[in-house]
Amino acid sequence: MPEPHRPSSFLSLAVIAAVVGAIAAAFAYTAGWFSPQRLTPDKLVAAFAPPTGPALGHRRNHAKGICFTGTFEANGAGTELSKALAFASGQYPVVGRFNLGTADPDAADATVRVRGLGLQITTPDGQVWRSAMIDPPFFPVSTPQAFYQLLLASGSKDPDAMKKFAAANPEFAKFGDWAGSAPWTGSYAEEPYNSLNSFVFIDKSGAERVVRWSLKPAAQPVTVSQDELKKRGPNFLEEDITQRVAVAPQRWTMVVQVAGPGDPTADPSKAWPADRRSVEVGTLTVAKIEPERDGPCRDLNFDPTILPAGIRTSDDPFPAARSSAYAKSYDLRTAEYKDYPHTEPGAAP
Amino acid sequence: MTRPEIRPEQRFKPIQRLLHWLMAICILAMLFIGVGMVSTIAPKYLTLVQIHKPLGIAILVLALIRLAVRARYGAPALPLDLPEPMKLAAELSHYALYGLMIAMPLIGWGMMSAAAYPVVLYPGWDLPPILPQSDRLHALLWDAHYYLAFAFFALILLHIAAALFHALVRRDGVFEAMAPIPSPTDALTSVQRPTPRMLRTHDR
Repeated sequence: MPEPHRPSSFLSLAVIAAVVGAIAAAFAYTAGWFSPQRLTPDKLVAAFAPPTGPALGHRRNHAKGICFTGTFEANGAGTELSKALAFASGQYPVVGRFNLGTADPDAADATVRVRGLGLQITTPDGQVWRSAMIDPPFFPVSTPQAFYQLLLASGSKDPDAMKKFAAANPEFAKFGDWAGSAPWTGSYAEEPYNSLNSFVFIDKSGAERVVRWSLKPAAQPVTVSQDELKKRGPNFLEEDITQRVAVAPQRWTMVVQVAGPGDPTADPSKAWPADRRSVEVGTLTVAKIEPERDGPCRDLNFDPTILPAGIRTSDDPFPAARSSAYAKSYDLRTAEYKDYPHTEPGAAP
Repeated sequence: MTRPEIRPEQRFKPIQRLLHWLMAICILAMLFIGVGMVSTIAPKYLTLVQIHKPLGIAILVLALIRLAVRARYGAPALPLDLPEPMKLAAELSHYALYGLMIAMPLIGWGMMSAAAYPVVLYPGWDLPPILPQSDRLHALLWDAHYYLAFAFFALILLHIAAALFHALVRRDGVFEAMAPIPSPTDALTSVQRPTPRMLRTHDR
């Protein structure tokens, strides 16, 4: 009986090597090992670090902050837009963090232009809504890639780097104008905080609307020059908010703006026209301030893609990029646990 | 894992083969999604994360079912002439594969819990945390999840290489025992190389 055709062992081994090699190569490609140009969260997060290196154990951006707790009291008007329980009339506990847009946890308050607020609203159905907002009325750039280029340019030794960046990203000029001319205030309580990114609200019928939201302060903003603020000491914002809240709770109204047809939902550098439908959905009340060390906000990642059912991400590319980078920042700082000053120096043991 | 020397079947039960190939697809997809998602800030990051979590829990559930099915039906004996080191490697690697199938989803779930992230399987469907928030635990579990994923992938490559070695070089029926469908060469192989290790072939 003739031997049936049989590949040689050598050929068989070559086939095995080829199959295993091809799967391994596909894996390496997926991991980005053949794509040095890919913008990874590692690169984006590393770009925030000053030349002296990142502040170990701290958030890689918005590194300076102070915790608060309080409530979000929904007035029920938001239920027209989203089925999330956070919009049904009622009071829901919040944890949050006032912060400064800097990679330096010890930055002097008067040196940082952008102020922010991280917020977590928890509803009795167990759903969690996290958000991280800032006080400029629009974002400096249109895309995460441009934001990365901005970080590289601002950290560059090339004196023309920022000029080149501004030329390549014309939307940045508007932010420059804001940073140069918008009034400064002496308090976190007097700032508005804006989502800037758009999200999709889903109502009970399943209808979807693209929205942005803002927290409008109840406190009347009082303009103070930056030079004046510099005289107030490096932590005047934290001292101010601690004193104000000790005297009386501080409040913000949450306003949801609904995009009109053709509004740029994917570009946070472009504000929508002021006449778009706006709905006041409730009030944030900040009732207690605690230092970040050992405070309730310290261990929270205010990832803006942590959303309850009834809210989802839109075509805005930033929330995904932020989620990816925030997770990286969280992974780094938790691994640097020992470097974070967990207890006040000099505190009783 | 003691195997009886003589078993009535040479192939795994259809339910075992179904679970094996279903999980093969899920686990390979999971590993590719994992390395892909941690290397990008593009919008697909969120899509990949949204698949990674429920798929991980699905793999955990399937692995537990598979373990129960394995306990019920066992496995065909390895060929008697398989060299001892290969037998040992086969046994140890299968313990490791089962261990990782169950450990990786639990480590992932624990890691999310230790970071105080809600574990959302589908909007409105959250899993409860299985650990309290803890920087140290999160860092430990993150490292474990990361490095074990690469170990898992390496083990799967080894598993594929060994399966193909059985199929193409040794032609000893081990590959056919788990092949999704009986291959036409099965009969040929047993005709061509009748040996005592080729057990009854009534199911071919």
